Amino acid sequence: MATSEVKLLGSWPSPYAMRPRIALNIKSVDYEYIDEKLWEGKSQLLFQSNPVYKKIPVLIHGHLKPICESLIIVQYIDEAWSSGPSILPSDPYERAVARFWAAYLDDKWFPAVKSIGVAKGEEEKKAAIAQVEQGLGLMEEAFGQCSKGKAFFGGDEIGYLDIAFGSFLGWLRVTERFNEMKLIDEANTPGLAHWADSFCSHAAVKDVMPDTDKLAEFGKMVIAKIKAAGAAAQRH
Amino acid sequence: MEGGVVLLDFWPSMFGMRVRIALAEKEIKYEYIEQDLRNKSDLLLQMNPVHKKIPVLVHNGKPICESLVQVQYIDEVWKNQAPLLPADPYKRATARFWADFVDKKMYDSGSRVWKTKGEEQEAAKKEFIGNLKLLEGELGDNLYFGGDGFGYVDVALVPFYCWFYAYEQCGNFSIEAECPKLIAWAKRCMQKESVAKSLADPEKVYGFLLQLKKAYGIE
Repeated sequence: MATSEVKLLGSWPSPYAMRPRIALNIKSVDYEYIDEKLWEGKSQLLFQSNPVYKKIPVLIHGHLKPICESLIIVQYIDEAWSSGPSILPSDPYERAVARFWAAYLDDKWFPAVKSIGVAKGEEEKKAAIAQVEQGLGLMEEAFGQCSKGKAFFGGDEIGYLDIAFGSFLGWLRVTERFNEMKLIDEANTPGLAHWADSFCSHAAVKDVMPDTDKLAEFGKMVIAKIKAAGAAAQRH
Repeated sequence: MEGGVVLLDFWPSMFGMRVRIALAEKEIKYEYIEQDLRNKSDLLLQMNPVHKKIPVLVHNGKPICESLVQVQYIDEVWKNQAPLLPADPYKRATARFWADFVDKKMYDSGSRVWKTKGEEQEAAKKEFIGNLKLLEGELGDNLYFGGDGFGYVDVALVPFYCWFYAYEQCGNFSIEAECPKLIAWAKRCMQKESVAKSLADPEKVYGFLLQLKKAYGIE
């Protein structure tokens, strides 16, 4: 397949943009990656490709209209390149479980991770950390049930929930570093600790997972901007 | 509870209605168990410990949570009848996108219409209608969001129709005046037995909403 037939608009720090890239790698699909520097402003291509949300990632496949929303893109990739390794589980119940946890991570868990970074005061921060830890406890249990003793949520190979959850590991590590704590560790979440290493070193993942140092630098800039905007809003 | 299908639900819930419609489309027999959300049952807490919310679908004793996850599950298990998602991967992605849009936008913007007053309410109405107009644009001249046939996005959105009367009363506006094509679509869906018997009565919904407003201390 010609490289230009598949284009992905993303942004290197974004966990959501990483998801379709991992999926395309699993399917060995060549694609053109277009990096949006969102903190410098959004491109015309992005506005045109995702008029509803104006967000990355966006997948453009041949002459089809663009596909938006990271997990919807991942499912599309799984179904459009059906001859490659499967990303969603084959059993409908296991699929429902994977979709449930992916939605939980997006709707509840990762917002809690983000709120640690912008928490006002110790109480707020402690509450956010507690929420994140509680979520990791749930995911540790889910890992036991889904992996059935294998390396990944998807079993022997990376699947939908591995991609949904694993894409957040970069930011989780940055959060651990900024707060001098471990959130995933051998003592509390042994299953997840091994899984995180396996995931990050996987061939489909390692080249698209951002370097933690680089992400930490970027994180400092983002937090500073958010706090400055908050302070400015309060002054008015 | 081994074997068979059980639905833990709450009669005015748009999310529960989605599952009722899907089960009806597939002609699946199930046990409906009404939940009291102010006094959550042990069963509900056991079946949905993470969110403690309805609807919960239980199949062969195993719970499935989140309405769109449930609808997809029903579509995949009972795949030989009334398919809800199309076969083509691109059309499936489009359907998932718009159902997800309904999830992200409709409940919150609708809630803001009845929870607010004055300028805030005017802004809420504008946003709500804006979302409906986007959906109307996506519908175009098709009979259903699924094209010629009733499908996944129709299931995701049509339950909100029985809440429109309540929103209109609270916001003092007419949704049909703003989005006639969408109302025509909704009425078309209501001609289907699966939809008509799954949606709550709009007057009853309005009565329920008035009780909710009292409970929230909103006039």
